Amino acid sequence: MTKTGAAILWECLEREGVQHVFGYPGGAILPAYDALKHSTIHHVLVRHEQGATHMADGYARASGRVGVAVATSGPGATNMVTGIATAMLDSSPIVCITGQVGSKLIGSDAFQETDITGVTLPITKHNYLVTRPDDLARTLREAFYVARSGRPGPVLVDITKDAQQSSCEFDWEAARPQLPGYRPDLSPTPKEYAQALDLIQNAKRPVILAGHGILVSGAMPEIREFADRTGIPVAMTLLGLGALPASHPLNLGMMGMHGEAWVNQTIQDADLLIAVGMRFDDRVTGSLKTYAPSAKKIHLDIDPAEINKNVKVDVALIGDVREVLRELLPQIQAADCSEWRDHIDGLKGDAAVRDIQNLPDNGHLYAAHVINDLWRETRDGQTVVVTDVGQHQMWEAQYYKHDQPYSLITSGGLGTMGFALPASIGVKVACPEAEVWVVVGDGGFQMTMAELATMVQENLKINIAIINNGYLGMVRQWQEFFYERNYAATPLLNPDFVKLGEAYGIRSLAVSERAGVIPAVQAAREHDGPVLIDFKVEQEDSVYPMVAAGAALHEMIRRPNPLEETAEDE
Amino acid sequence: MMNTFVVYVENKPGVLTRVASLFRRRAFNIDSLTVGRTEKPEVSRMTITADADPDQARRIEANLYKLVNVLLVENVTQEATIVRDLAMIKVSAQHEERSHVLELASVFRARVVDVSPDSLTIEITGAEDKIDGLLEVLRPYGVLEMVRTGIVAMRRGKKSGALAASATNGTAQIAMDDDASQSV
Ligand SMILES: Cc1cc2nc3c(=O)[nH]c(=O)nc-3n(C[C@H](O)[C@H](O)[C@H](O)COP(=O)(O)OP(=O)(O)OC[C@H]3O[C@@H](n4cnc5c(N)ncnc54)[C@H](O)[C@@H]3O)c2cc1C
Ligand SMILES: Cc1ncc(C[n+]2csc(CCOP(=O)(O)OP(=O)(O)O)c2C)c(N)n1
Ligand SMILES: [Mg+2]
Repeated sequence: MTKTGAAILWECLEREGVQHVFGYPGGAILPAYDALKHSTIHHVLVRHEQGATHMADGYARASGRVGVAVATSGPGATNMVTGIATAMLDSSPIVCITGQVGSKLIGSDAFQETDITGVTLPITKHNYLVTRPDDLARTLREAFYVARSGRPGPVLVDITKDAQQSSCEFDWEAARPQLPGYRPDLSPTPKEYAQALDLIQNAKRPVILAGHGILVSGAMPEIREFADRTGIPVAMTLLGLGALPASHPLNLGMMGMHGEAWVNQTIQDADLLIAVGMRFDDRVTGSLKTYAPSAKKIHLDIDPAEINKNVKVDVALIGDVREVLRELLPQIQAADCSEWRDHIDGLKGDAAVRDIQNLPDNGHLYAAHVINDLWRETRDGQTVVVTDVGQHQMWEAQYYKHDQPYSLITSGGLGTMGFALPASIGVKVACPEAEVWVVVGDGGFQMTMAELATMVQENLKINIAIINNGYLGMVRQWQEFFYERNYAATPLLNPDFVKLGEAYGIRSLAVSERAGVIPAVQAAREHDGPVLIDFKVEQEDSVYPMVAAGAALHEMIRRPNPLEETAEDE
Repeated sequence: MMNTFVVYVENKPGVLTRVASLFRRRAFNIDSLTVGRTEKPEVSRMTITADADPDQARRIEANLYKLVNVLLVENVTQEATIVRDLAMIKVSAQHEERSHVLELASVFRARVVDVSPDSLTIEITGAEDKIDGLLEVLRPYGVLEMVRTGIVAMRRGKKSGALAASATNGTAQIAMDDDASQSV
């Protein structure tokens, strides 16, 4: 049947299972918007194209389905760059559709012409420029396939205005992907399996490093069985949190820069690291020279380019976590790790006193209180917490115990401030049943707060907890530790967040005492519409423990004199 | 150590940029890159030389494979290969010097492709060190201009590394001949 490029676009998206897109119109994408009325797809009108990309990203991370963002050419497309880079570093499958000037105008510096495939080349898994409607169907099918298969990532499809307007024969079946060089399905050789099994069976002090790849692969049951069967303790990356329940007895907690001190010490003392779907980010390893010096290393990852990139490994198992673990599981035997686990318990010692439930309330409100109370109130439900970037993000990771997979959505690799609010909209659209909480700093909130309007226009019940410390807190902390408390450009003069929320028609309240936290959380849960809570917390609090950038993983900065009213790290 | 990669890519617009951009952003150093057509119209072939230790070389290969348009990568550094570079060298040659230069060119089996009253232009193909050698001996006469294409490489033997990319079923079929002969 003959169809316009614009009609083909929406039909292909529908056939790919897309129900929602996040976008913003403009001249070069108008033909596509004009054709939207014939489609079943729901379009969420954002307030900034960066928001659209983070929404698509949040949608993808929460649901495992490809998220879609739409923008016009030029400034619309360039506004997407930050969101695309965010999705790239965290391996999140999104497809970005951009309009482009007419094909005859390309290269002429036409109005709103930007070479967006050139701009996004290094930050997409792949991208396309489509100048003829005939190429659209196949390109879109390839885009979705590439985005979600193998190591997922963002794909951009730039479509010229004339390709949207002109018509051609549409045949979905015939438009099959043609990707002769693309090989997402790799698997280890029998020899590599045997080598890995040998190392696992002979280890005395093994640790599993569980990463985001487990969630991408949906291998939660397999990793759990692997741990249960072997008795090997499991340390989590930030993006891996939830892959094994926090309450599982073998779950040690988070590793890395702001991980628990005993988790990092365990890694340093180990004789075998079994890295599963994690990429040894520098926030995870600290100094590479001193990293896990006596450990052999097994690296299970779907991306061959990750092998030996940061950490030299002894055995690489290249493939999908779930498939590889399923292959390994029947051959694995219980190891006797009890002595090793006793050693780890010894490391924990009184460092494990993190619980702040019974600490006295002396009038100060600490971010840790807020997170801990939020966790206690919401742990029963199907809660997804979406965090921004900074101190509050680390406190959330430390004090909110994630028992469910996909219950923490955060920007890890790029560390994009402004991610949380728009991403939460994508999460809520993907999972309307979930209770969605945004935990965001006063700085990052102001980067993308325009999306409050999107939330209201879409009538989405999302709860927003602003951790308001009056500072770009994480940067202030670095200035405190490493720049002699020279707080250059980190104090914030903030608007009245309650009035701001109310201006958008959002129920808003402020809390400045410990005793107010739980009632505010309860009130938010009871209200049907979005709620914003401005938690005015202690201003100069720091995240402990901390591995200074470039320091060895076990050389952590500890809380100098444990504050009674916050949790003690040590 | 200098590594030589033979890279087969889909013959599509922008693929060269993708490859070049990859080397730049991963901070791998390209020494030379050539690209041209192959026996299959839908496939182009690149020869890339880059300075890399064995680990880096493996990562270059793995990263090249992450480019969706890359069909096959062969690191032929340790293989028996024929490697050719082409250079045109314009050398100052007056009076009695001229015959010396001509003599040198013939020793290197290079050809004179242009003659002017004060200069000769010499074309030479060969392995890089052969060209370096000619340049070395011509330098005292005055090299006025020089251009090199960068190397192209091919494995020795009858069918090694042949690429049969089938563009219809979405999978690459790569026919490798393991017991390729070592004939010249
Ligand atoms: C302020 C701040 C502080 C931070 N502090 C810490 C910290 O203390 N600790 C910490 O852990 N992180 C921290 N991070 C996050 C850190 O920067 C990284 O984002 C994080 O460690 C990456 O986790 P990952 O390797 O599990 O996930 P990713 O970076 O997403 O890597 C996933 C890996 O899994 C592979 N993979 C994907 N799918 C599959 C599959 N199906 N099968 C097999 N493999 C697959 C991928 O190829 C990739 O190698 C911090 C970030 C910020 C912003
Ligand atoms: C877009 C962007 N700009 C700058 C940074 C650097 N940065 C990291 S954390 C941080 C401070 C965040 O402040 P806030 O949002 O108030 O959170 P807090 O650390 O106070 O909890 C900054 C500026 C960043 N990560 N992202
Ligand atoms: Mg702050």
